Amino acid sequence: MCTLDKRGSLFFLTFTGDDQHRINPNVIGNLLSHLSQVKAQATPGSVLITQAQGKFFSNGFDLDWAQAAGSKQGASERLRHMVVLFKSVVASLLSLPMPTIASLTGHAAAGGFVLALSHDYIIMRRDRGVLYMSEVDLWLTIPGYVNALFREKIGDASVRRDVLLRGLKMKGDEAVKRGVVEAAYDGEEEVREASVRMAEELGKRKWDGEVYAEIRKGLFPQLSAMVGLGHKKIANPRL
Amino acid sequence: MCTLEKRGNLFILTLTGDDQHRINPKLIGDLLSLLSQVKAQATRGSALITQAQGKFFSNGFDLDWAQAAGSEQGASERLLHMVESFKPVVAALLSLPMPTIASLTGHAAACGFVFALSHDYIIMRRDRGVLYMSEVDIGLTMPDYFNAVFREKIGDASARRDLLLRGLKMKGDEAVKRGVVEAAYEGEGEVRAASVRMAEELGKRKWQGEVYAEIRKGLFPQLSAVVGLSHKTIATPKL
Repeated sequence: MCTLDKRGSLFFLTFTGDDQHRINPNVIGNLLSHLSQVKAQATPGSVLITQAQGKFFSNGFDLDWAQAAGSKQGASERLRHMVVLFKSVVASLLSLPMPTIASLTGHAAAGGFVLALSHDYIIMRRDRGVLYMSEVDLWLTIPGYVNALFREKIGDASVRRDVLLRGLKMKGDEAVKRGVVEAAYDGEEEVREASVRMAEELGKRKWDGEVYAEIRKGLFPQLSAMVGLGHKKIANPRL
Repeated sequence: MCTLEKRGNLFILTLTGDDQHRINPKLIGDLLSLLSQVKAQATRGSALITQAQGKFFSNGFDLDWAQAAGSEQGASERLLHMVESFKPVVAALLSLPMPTIASLTGHAAACGFVFALSHDYIIMRRDRGVLYMSEVDIGLTMPDYFNAVFREKIGDASARRDLLLRGLKMKGDEAVKRGVVEAAYEGEGEVRAASVRMAEELGKRKWQGEVYAEIRKGLFPQLSAVVGLSHKTIATPKL
């Protein structure tokens, strides 16, 4: 599943185990609970790093669980259910009162790529691992909020087309070059260290969490609206 | 405060003096008045250059004036008042019937950066001066029209995130590379000379001012709407 630890000002959300870290209602519940705790313990200087063990960051929604419904109709309902539930995870990350980093040491596909993109920064490996939106290859359409996420996070229209319409498996170097991720490093260790370094750099700014979250939501207005978030003004400058 | 001169077809709006050119109700009033004069005297071939003396283009809203209200509530009200009052300046620039260039020989921060971005082109120094949205560092959220300016003027989503959410102090070379400004030059003299050259080049096209302004507003529909501008169709081509 996933665990939460705290090291100094840094929160680590880790998908444990060597599996594909598929996203199902249990995992979603687990994530929401952890993110809630993170929010409750936030102070200026806090930063979240989300990471995973094994070959995958996450390979997306649990299609096996969906199929276990026993019928095409049932499978479709279960998948739709996960898509809707997952909006809350995106909303929670979008409104988290601290900087967030997705630290990818394995593949991030479909819902897994969406989870990664819902963070402020992505750091990934350059030697292994891809970013991949498998939907076009699996004959699944893209939910509205996922389109909004890609549209507002990735400015380059050709990149969005290549990722969503062409099923491109994007490796680290290309992801950096095309503005999808912040940086890419050789090997698992380097990614983890770089993520901690970046988190510490960001944490030093001691941003007010509520202001930070509002500015973030302002950067992604369509996505925020689609996952049910409103916004507010804060006009008491710290001088 | 600010002066307006005319040199041939060029209007030069200058923020005078060695101070931070903080934006307060008085300066806003002066800017609106001068921009109104520019509009009244516009002819085909006109161009506007906005520039400043000293180390700053503008360091944003006059937070000292806000604080002089004497209470947190009062300061907040004065700040919100300035935020609202500045919208007509953005509207005036967006509907100005001629090309506009922000000629930056000093720092442009917060509302000062928004003021620069409200021009069609920015030319800045590469050896000194930064573009900086200080809000995240001082604990202020973005007004809606600030978000709209960034969203519609800067296509690179990572650049928007770095400027608004990370409080990046962006120097000339990076600003050119990431598509935030048109060009960057060594030293004050070169920036001013380049701005005049560019204004003269644009002026030679002898664009029809009303058409130019409508096309400009069409490029920035969300911003235009947020600052209260509507648009019209002009369908009588010069043949």
